[in-house]
Amino acid sequence: MTVTPIARLVLRRALLAVPVLVLVSVAIFALAAASPFDPLSAYLGDRYLTMDPDDQARLAAQLGFDDPWPQRYLHWAGDLLTGDLGTSVALRQPVVDVIVERLPWTILLVAVALLMAMSTALVLGVWSAWRQGGWVDRAVTAFSHAIEGIPPFVVALGAIAVFGVALSWLPVAGLTDAGAPVTFAQVARHLVLPALVLGLSQTPVLLLHVRQSLLTALSDDHVAGARARGLPEARVVLRHALPAALLPFTTLLGARVAEIVTGAVLVEEVFSWPGAAQAVVRAAVAVDFPLLAALTLLSTIAVLVGSLLADVAYALLDPRVAADG
Amino acid sequence: MADLTDTARPTEEGERTDTARATGEGRVAEPGRPAGGGRLPTGSTSTVDAPRTTDPAPGEEPAGGGWIDAARPRAGMPRRRGPGRAGWARLRPAVGLGLLALLVGYAVLVPWLADFDPRITDYSAGLSAPSAEHPFGTDPAGRDLLVRSAAGLRVSLLIAAVCAVVSTLIGTLVGALSGVAGGVVDQIVMRLVDTVNAVPHLLLGIVIVALYGGGLPAVIISITLTHWTSVARIVRAEVLSLRDREFVDAAISGGASRWRVTRRHLLPAVVPQAALAAVLMLPHAVWHETALSFLGLGLAPHEASIGILLDEAREATMLGGWWALVFPSALLVVATLGVAACGAAWRDRLTPRRRTELAL
Repeated sequence: MTVTPIARLVLRRALLAVPVLVLVSVAIFALAAASPFDPLSAYLGDRYLTMDPDDQARLAAQLGFDDPWPQRYLHWAGDLLTGDLGTSVALRQPVVDVIVERLPWTILLVAVALLMAMSTALVLGVWSAWRQGGWVDRAVTAFSHAIEGIPPFVVALGAIAVFGVALSWLPVAGLTDAGAPVTFAQVARHLVLPALVLGLSQTPVLLLHVRQSLLTALSDDHVAGARARGLPEARVVLRHALPAALLPFTTLLGARVAEIVTGAVLVEEVFSWPGAAQAVVRAAVAVDFPLLAALTLLSTIAVLVGSLLADVAYALLDPRVAADG
Repeated sequence: MADLTDTARPTEEGERTDTARATGEGRVAEPGRPAGGGRLPTGSTSTVDAPRTTDPAPGEEPAGGGWIDAARPRAGMPRRRGPGRAGWARLRPAVGLGLLALLVGYAVLVPWLADFDPRITDYSAGLSAPSAEHPFGTDPAGRDLLVRSAAGLRVSLLIAAVCAVVSTLIGTLVGALSGVAGGVVDQIVMRLVDTVNAVPHLLLGIVIVALYGGGLPAVIISITLTHWTSVARIVRAEVLSLRDREFVDAAISGGASRWRVTRRHLLPAVVPQAALAAVLMLPHAVWHETALSFLGLGLAPHEASIGILLDEAREATMLGGWWALVFPSALLVVATLGVAACGAAWRDRLTPRRRTELAL
């Protein structure tokens, strides 16, 4: 496979992403304009109550809060293109700094959680499909359905109750112990519970998917062919059926980015993990519009990139798929 | 081939899909044995049972042991199904409905039977473990969790029902418009759906709730604005497939206008799918409301929903009060599973071909 069709796929999807991002940001501004949200009071915070109305009007005019929202949107979009996302009132620093500071921690959390979820899903999914109807299969399937029904924040609180409060094994909040420097050991200890919970919340869908698509692949003709040639069972399952079953898995992973972001928001909030997803909640509680808009846009970009990566991976892995369809 | 005695017997399954292959390979194994001794039932050579009736005793294995029964259990083959599985599929709607009836009864009856206000605080009895007086225990403010959970469940289910109905209506209208109009309108609407789906729904909900300052209307708006897209997709697909049916052609050749065809022929036909989508949306809506309230962005604390209860359970959990977490979340999970079981059973009736997909 040459690189060109893939590059064309990436380029086309990037071009398609632009209108989506524009539409999302316009919608956020329109929603803000239609809501009772007052940017001036959000900007001033407590001082809004003590400042006299003349000063308020002057300041609003100066900051452009009186302009109609399309004009404010264009102003914001212009700043965005120069790399200026405004200033977060809640966290008292530029939005860009907030993202640069917090995004790596979110990526670390999500990466570790996904790694755990994917390896668990692969091992248990293959096992339960291999011995379909056996007790492992039945236990794993029932457990997956049960976990699927429990919201991640309940799992998180349960983990805190068991491992943090009852057993006192692991720290339950923050990136490090209070006041401790950011070292590998500290972060690793504090990462365990959030990553476990986030991973556990993502595992059921992945696992059930691996199981189902492996079962489908096992009834394919090429698997029957491999068996007819007398290949050993492990080889048939792992080398002939599994690769075909894992192709849709990449698509599923790409499509799960939205759920992963959602899970990260909830888990980071419960465990006070200082990532970008927790900043969403902080921004929402303080109605910090610049930060909220930037993070919403960021998560949209993450979703689009996720689905693009999945499609690229699919096109690279399966030569039957035309990248430039 | 010491284990041949175990694997030589084909598994006894009525629903094997590859009967032909198993039979063919089963006959291949026959040259190794003495022609069946005339015991082979002549009428049943086309069934899997035929070779099994002439199974050789362990002692008469063919020399060299080169034969392995092709019908031995292998990866991906379902084991013999006990009576439980088929029974579960039949019982599922009853179990789901029973759970829901139990929950609704609990949510309605308990606050009515209990002769006190669930909001009454009693700090001297704060955070007491489940007992005869307080079966679910009390929260840190001394409020009885049995009554408070019932009130919370009622609020959560009501909000979910309202959101499911409203977003189904929006989704049906948009989807029908898209499917009937076709062309540019269809393209634009589908782009819009894609765009809404590109933002993680909880995040969009958080933005809306934050801007509108929380409270009941904001929560309902945020859930409906993010959940109509799935219904719109389903209804559009349904309309597209219905548009080419004969009864629509007949109506058009009978002189019906586009509006009349839509109203009299297409919309009634999509009602079952839309209603099913509404039921399947209930757990999502409960989940969404709970998450928003849990984050402190949704309902006000006095409108105790399950999410508010779980938010309050954070403090109780830190103090060792597991019951404040366990009982409300158990109610939440049971409600979700009950609705999901009913919805799945209904979906199976509606679309039999999808029966294998989700075995919930």
